[in-house]
Amino acid sequence: MTILIALASLGSLTLVLAVMLIVANKKLYVYEDPRIDNVEDMLPHANCGACGYPGCRPFAEALVEGKVLPGKCTVSTEEGREKIAHYLGVSLGAEEKIVARLACAGGSNVAINRAEYKGIESCSAASLVSGGGKGCFWGCLGYGDCEISCDFDAITMNENDLPVVDVDKCTACGDCVEACPKDLFSLQPVSHRLWVACKNLEAGDEILEECQVACTACGRCAMDAPGNLIEMKNNLPVVNYREDHRTQVPIQRCPTGAIVWLDDKLGVVKGKDSKKIIRKGKRKTGYS
Amino acid sequence: MATGILNFRKKSFKHGVHPPEHKSETNGLPIRQFPFAPVIILPMAQHIGAPAEIVVHEGQEVSRGQMLAKAGGYVSVPIHAPVSGVVRKIANVPTISGKMSPGIYLEAFPYSTQVVEEGMPIDLETATPDEILKGIQDAGIVGLGGAAFPTHVKLKVPEGKHCDVLMINGIECEPYLTTDHRVMLEQGEDILTGIKYLMKCTGAERTIIGIEANKKDAAEHLASLIPEGDPVSVEVVPVKYPQGSEKMLITAILGREVPSGGLPIDVHVVVVNVATTAEIGRLLPHGRGIQERVVTITGPGVKKKGNYLIPIGTPLRFVLDEVGVDEKVSEVYMGGPMMGVAVSNLDISIVKGTSGIVVFTEKEVKRPEKVYPCIKCGACVEACPLSLNPSQLGILAKFEEYDTMAEEFNLLDCFECGSCSYVCPSHIPLVQYFRLSKSIVRKRRAAKQNGGNA
Repeated sequence: MTILIALASLGSLTLVLAVMLIVANKKLYVYEDPRIDNVEDMLPHANCGACGYPGCRPFAEALVEGKVLPGKCTVSTEEGREKIAHYLGVSLGAEEKIVARLACAGGSNVAINRAEYKGIESCSAASLVSGGGKGCFWGCLGYGDCEISCDFDAITMNENDLPVVDVDKCTACGDCVEACPKDLFSLQPVSHRLWVACKNLEAGDEILEECQVACTACGRCAMDAPGNLIEMKNNLPVVNYREDHRTQVPIQRCPTGAIVWLDDKLGVVKGKDSKKIIRKGKRKTGYS
Repeated sequence: MATGILNFRKKSFKHGVHPPEHKSETNGLPIRQFPFAPVIILPMAQHIGAPAEIVVHEGQEVSRGQMLAKAGGYVSVPIHAPVSGVVRKIANVPTISGKMSPGIYLEAFPYSTQVVEEGMPIDLETATPDEILKGIQDAGIVGLGGAAFPTHVKLKVPEGKHCDVLMINGIECEPYLTTDHRVMLEQGEDILTGIKYLMKCTGAERTIIGIEANKKDAAEHLASLIPEGDPVSVEVVPVKYPQGSEKMLITAILGREVPSGGLPIDVHVVVVNVATTAEIGRLLPHGRGIQERVVTITGPGVKKKGNYLIPIGTPLRFVLDEVGVDEKVSEVYMGGPMMGVAVSNLDISIVKGTSGIVVFTEKEVKRPEKVYPCIKCGACVEACPLSLNPSQLGILAKFEEYDTMAEEFNLLDCFECGSCSYVCPSHIPLVQYFRLSKSIVRKRRAAKQNGGNA
């Protein structure tokens, strides 16, 4: 008898709760476009924020609503983007690939350290101790905060303690731009091949004591460049990328090789007049 | 003998540490005038706040005490010529922060009499509080204890608040430094004049000069100068680091606690460094601007240790050449060894906030070979004068939980005194972690604010 009472009471309780659940499911139902889930599945799930949205899900929502085009996702492959475009019946909205670029070439083989820094091995920590030990105030400290910040393994520190960006892996998420305490990284379209790899704001040859590849603000590149392509601002050449910048003329007479041409196959191309760097090892700390 | 009130106290603030003092090397040496460097390099950003704006041009001849740059805003002060000479160049100059600042290269006239230019005197009897504040700003005075915060901003009592106690900070708890000690012994009259100006502009009812027990001679000297009936007293507190911090000093002497994130004025106190007070008392009656300050140059690596009156803008390299340093010099600190900054560039110059230069040789600088994990011994918790939890903060910093540190563990109250790093048996560089974390939190908050406004 007791068993029957138990069964009956529990059974009726189950029934009541089940009815409540059914009612709640019908009454409180929120319609969500099923395509959002499908589009999200097609995205790379990197949640990097390179598209300008907080993550892949909000980006998928924006895609379905038609606010953006799939080309905004720089992490996805070409096929992945096309698949989404095809699925949603929109155009690809192909955008030019953007990559992170470092405005410094002062590795340990060409730039000296004024003092030896000992402490937490991080650029942002070192930069707080009177700017770090680097001779150049603006230069890369080389402890690799950018390498750590990169979620895509696109940045590796080379033998001269300078970060090298793998163009294929870089998704232009901007994490390295934020991580660098010296603000040396910026996001640039890959077609911007004319590049000033220096941020030194001092004019004159004194800086060469600190770094052999620094810009001395001689202005030769600005003089040689066609039209208004290059302008000297704050003792640094600034390339006006709105003009036709597919020319290697400005780099040729640069004495230090601070302005370079970034070639797909040849890598970093320096002008024919720039001093060759042959030292392999590190430069000593302090002045000779 | 002493006519003023002189009290010896047994109690101090809670926690804190006792690093070796090393003050005996220089505390008996009188202040000496330092020679003029051939070229003086003056950065415009040598105080907290907006950099000063240059008002001279290249090639202009200036006389000693002339204003070279005007205040760049309310939280800013002008900069005066420390030497008669000619403005050789206006260009970027290196600073201790590791950033370049606009600056002036001033070439001294070698045969000038170096008479200081007089300005508009501020008369103690007739000047209104606001005129005194303006006079303090015009004199280019900032906190000479090391923070270099414009003094007139600190002295401005906000509306709705009042100041009952003016605290003169003569604690100088930082090891090695003896500038305040010498200033108290040699510039006592200036300090008392300065106190009169400060009391008038803050409206304080009484003044307390706080001095640590290792400077009894200075305390007795000051007490003997105070006329009977003046509302000024000298309080001597036991030696403990970091008593020279405003908050610790107020707790030690008045027993009042400054709230987290608050200022001394929240407990009706204004704290001014003793050297700053002396400078106010010396400059305001003549309407002059500050052009030199007392700097202790000491440490095992220095040959001619001492307390020197150095023109502001003297290049560090010139200073070290003059006093002579050991060949095996390995580290140079600006400020003391606890809160000072290791210098990475000898081309920077002495600025208003430079209270000392400490030079160590290779022998003294022994670095721990390895940083061990936190063993949660609690030594740092016992040491932290603000009763923060450095152990927990250190662990959070390692995992980059900066926002948690700021929101739940009061990271921003830390004033980087270094007590926790000093006692840590695992050699964890706690203060460096906190300095880094604070800068990141501030950067994030600023970004958030800008984002909100845009």
